[in-house]
Amino acid sequence: MTRNDITAVLIDELGRIAPEIDASRLDPNAELREELDIDSMDFLNLVTGLSERLEIDIPEIDYPKLATLGHAIDYLVQRLGSAA
Amino acid sequence: MPSLGADMEAGTLVEWLKRPGDRVRRGDIVAVVETQKGAIEVDIFEEGVIERWLVEPGTTVPVGTPLAVIADTRPAVAVAEMEVAATVTPTPAPAAPPSMPPLLEPRTGAGRPRVSPAARRLAAERGVTLDRLTGSGPGGAILYADVERAAAEAAPRPAEPKRLDLAEMRRAIGAAMARSKREIPHYYLSTTVDLTRSLAWLEETNATRAPAQRLLLAALLIKAVAWALGEAAEFNGFFTAEGFQPGAGIHIGTAIAIRGGGLIAPAIRDADKLSLEALMAQLRDLVARARSGALRSSELSDPTITVTNLGERSVETVFGVIYPPQVALVGFGMPVERPWVVSGEVAARRVLTTTLAADHRASDGHRGALFLANINRKLQSPETL
Repeated sequence: MTRNDITAVLIDELGRIAPEIDASRLDPNAELREELDIDSMDFLNLVTGLSERLEIDIPEIDYPKLATLGHAIDYLVQRLGSAA
Repeated sequence: MPSLGADMEAGTLVEWLKRPGDRVRRGDIVAVVETQKGAIEVDIFEEGVIERWLVEPGTTVPVGTPLAVIADTRPAVAVAEMEVAATVTPTPAPAAPPSMPPLLEPRTGAGRPRVSPAARRLAAERGVTLDRLTGSGPGGAILYADVERAAAEAAPRPAEPKRLDLAEMRRAIGAAMARSKREIPHYYLSTTVDLTRSLAWLEETNATRAPAQRLLLAALLIKAVAWALGEAAEFNGFFTAEGFQPGAGIHIGTAIAIRGGGLIAPAIRDADKLSLEALMAQLRDLVARARSGALRSSELSDPTITVTNLGERSVETVFGVIYPPQVALVGFGMPVERPWVVSGEVAARRVLTTTLAADHRASDGHRGALFLANINRKLQSPETL
């Protein structure tokens, strides 16, 4: 799975949580919780969706690494061991 | 028409989900009504057979209006019925969905309509069937503008993301809160709970669980309140014309923020009897349905107390406004790290400001203090929750 594929999955999952926001136009450095107005339930749903679709575990201790879109992509790429 | 809160005066029947002759049981969803809180599924408390409907879809009726006659299955027992009150105002029927262009368009007139070349091109582009159009040009000729208008009308409307009217919801919240501030003599108490044990237990528990099975702190907080209410009955129930009526169970209204504004607090029923896992599953389900506008009527009328958790947004202390006819609201702020004295030593601890807003007609501050202290105690032994 390429970095682009992972980004697409992440943006799709963010779109489920905040349907009124165009997640593909998010500033990669913005804090997701602030930018998308998501709470801990939304965040748990995001992590659940990502871990099921990408078939990886995302331990709670790693949640801070998903704070921005850019960091989340980096984290997921590293987690999946993707080359691209 | 069920009352889904002190602020609701009327509702519109959207559709029936059961027909006359259908057998219904307690808990069955029989209809959908449109209210200030969005589209709500009406679940039924009676058992029997639907004899007939009294209200047709599209009709707005006041709260308390019978919607249908349900025949008791035991013979010769008639269920009381009343006709719909006079304040019925039919609402416009929902617009018909835009029809797909048929494959073969029937010719309505003789011969082909006169169409300008630009209009014909546009019609082909947009998939507009010319035979159906009335032209506004000379001799009824179809012009570019006619096709443009038809294409706009036929274009699929953007899907409605929610059946929630946030302006209506704001009015409903305003009405309920105005009544609360007018009628309820509130008193307020606050305490600070050391969350170290609860958070450590939560982290340890979640570390071995897949995300779908993880718990949120909110589940622990709701369970602690539910449990503490078992020994504090005067905070759980309704204040009515007859005075305080204790709740028949512990049904915790859980304040859920709606995206774009607004708030709704559906019940987690019998929260004191649920395991943390079951409570968490219900919370997940309620949040999802509250935000998509698919709650059930009983979930909105059942709560015997409200819990609000504003900790998500850096708020430390909640000063609650009670939701009438309830008599209490427990508010949780954000867990914050603070210097704390433990066994004579200053230590960094994560603490949580917990507040109670309560109705002085039903309880007093002394009982309120015991109730808050009890919530605190439950949160010190999270493994027992």
